[in-house]
Amino acid sequence: MAVVDTTSPPIMTTADGTPLKVSLQRTNRRKKIQAFLLVSPLLLFIAVSFLLPIADMIFRAVENPQVVTIMPRTSEVLEDWDRQALPDEEAFAALVADLAEGRETREIGKVATRLNYEASGLRSLIMKSARRAERLEPPYKEALIDVDEDWAELDVWKLIQRESDPFTASYFLAAVDMRYNADGEIVDQPDYQQIYVKLFMRTLWISMVIMGATLLLGFPVAYLLATLPARISNLLMILVLLPFWTSLLVRTTSWIVMLQTQGVLNDLMVWLGLISDDSRLQMIYNQTGTIVAMTHILLPFMILPLYSVMKGISPSYVRAARSLGANQLTAFVKVYLPLTVPGIGAGCILVFILAIGYYITPALVGGQSGQLISNSIAYHMQESLNWGLAASIGAILLFAVLALYLIYNKIVGVDNMKFG
Amino acid sequence: MALPSYATPLERTWYYGFRVFCGLVFIFLITPILVIIPLSFNAEPYFTFTEAMLGFDPDGYSLRWYEDFFTSDQWLFSIKNSFIVAIASTFLATALGTVAALGLSRPEMPFRSTIMGLLISPMIVPLIISAAGMYFFYARMNLTQTFTGVVLAHTALGTPFVIITVTATMVGFDRNLIRAAQSLGADFTTTFFKVIMPLIAPGVISGALFAFITSFDEVVVVIFLAGAEQRTIPIQMWSGIREEISPTILAVATMLVIISVLLLVSLELIRRRNERLRGIAAT
Repeated sequence: MAVVDTTSPPIMTTADGTPLKVSLQRTNRRKKIQAFLLVSPLLLFIAVSFLLPIADMIFRAVENPQVVTIMPRTSEVLEDWDRQALPDEEAFAALVADLAEGRETREIGKVATRLNYEASGLRSLIMKSARRAERLEPPYKEALIDVDEDWAELDVWKLIQRESDPFTASYFLAAVDMRYNADGEIVDQPDYQQIYVKLFMRTLWISMVIMGATLLLGFPVAYLLATLPARISNLLMILVLLPFWTSLLVRTTSWIVMLQTQGVLNDLMVWLGLISDDSRLQMIYNQTGTIVAMTHILLPFMILPLYSVMKGISPSYVRAARSLGANQLTAFVKVYLPLTVPGIGAGCILVFILAIGYYITPALVGGQSGQLISNSIAYHMQESLNWGLAASIGAILLFAVLALYLIYNKIVGVDNMKFG
Repeated sequence: MALPSYATPLERTWYYGFRVFCGLVFIFLITPILVIIPLSFNAEPYFTFTEAMLGFDPDGYSLRWYEDFFTSDQWLFSIKNSFIVAIASTFLATALGTVAALGLSRPEMPFRSTIMGLLISPMIVPLIISAAGMYFFYARMNLTQTFTGVVLAHTALGTPFVIITVTATMVGFDRNLIRAAQSLGADFTTTFFKVIMPLIAPGVISGALFAFITSFDEVVVVIFLAGAEQRTIPIQMWSGIREEISPTILAVATMLVIISVLLLVSLELIRRRNERLRGIAAT
């Protein structure tokens, strides 16, 4: 019977006696850490200067600090209120104390504005009561109802109780044209206030039209550029790259110059006799303006990915199809077109992502009917100052873009993104 | 794809029709950019060709809008600001982005695609959302209406371009060169500046140009973050177009087109040089 050697083969070691495997692992770990250290400054920078702000915006869409911090007594008392009948004297006393203090610290306006988003008219109710709060005498219940009989309304108290929650979904509801009713149920906004769903739909529709238009115009051009001899196609490529590199504002300005009623195109058509001088076409400050200008601005983003895909398709495929008896159309539809699908997909998603977030061009040439969803974000940030609503519309838009981006990443991959 | 001599009439029509269509698309692409150049020399405050201009009458043309630009304190102030912000943020974005790209292109980089996705995100997220987020957050840090705030924001927006161009250059990079340098006694800094940098310079320079133009043309974020002291050229143009559009804007636009042409030409030269070098390396 042969003796079986049960000991394992000798472990290979490095010069200082550590097993080779351990040593390799250690080196690999060190390399990983080194690579990560190189990336970490930028990662930290982007996290602080970009990712945190975005997270902060999403947080703002749900935070609801006004009532709970500025009217702490009222919110606490209302916590146990049963919502069946008007709250008792204790709640009224707390409210008067909060109103008086809020007026002193000049913070009460924030509560008034916040509550007014939920039910218009509350702003004046709060401000009026706050002005008088200091001079009110007990019993506060009668005194407050005497100031304004709205304080005898159950709904007002229900609202204050609901808004005492430090977090709210009401901005998100407002962004999809819904709201809480007095009983805290989610209902549709009244018809005349339904704007955002329509605006989202319009944004999607306009983006789709622009995507279609850029594909229609871009596909033949990309095909031409990919099949012409390099000398000519490089020259023609300049015509695509120059607009790509030109400032967005410059291109928008030039579309204003081209399209306005006293502009170049209208003048040209009058001169050609196509239209009369007093029936000049309104081509700008409406949806047409937005679509034309944005199609022009986004066209290079369609042509470039299509071109790079088409450049990689060997002409021998089509030649082979033709030699096997396919006519030009069949060869194109059955052989060439399927090969360009990755390019079509990449270009379409890229244009679509860029289009749904566009702000500058619609703001300048869109008029009323050409405004997109991002314009309403800007409006709520700069003019109505309803930052919560701006943040929640922004968050919805952001999630839409990220979803599209994930698809884009599946098709193309960030690593393969190229410019010019 | 020249037309063969045996082409049928239908094929001929299709062939020429296709080219005419492409020609029209090229006209659509380039006309808006070309049309503003002559109009910026208009002697009259109109946005269309006057009869004098069409008749090539020298009186129809003038440099008054350029004069307007160079004598306006507001425009000169904003062009100065634009350059300050763009140069500072290009410098930061290029430095941070290049170092990060070196790490990202190492094969042993952990969580590569996730981190890449995060670092690229400023380019993907719509500008209005970036602007809103930065406005809220920078306001908490008291960074709105400061140069620091604008430069930080533009750096964040510019780095994705640097990362993409530099990692693309690193694809063809021979890592043995680093090992060779290190085995000959070079430390990391020497290896970086003497070996890596000269080889990836084209990527770094084109990344820097992208970062520069991103900042120089950026309008959405500055509208929200900048105060009167940080007024840049795009803000000045934006308010000019919204309030009282004067042909001075066309003069500015023409100059900006010239800047983009210069950028395009330098990028093309870098690309050609790169290709030539690679061509030599391959043979």
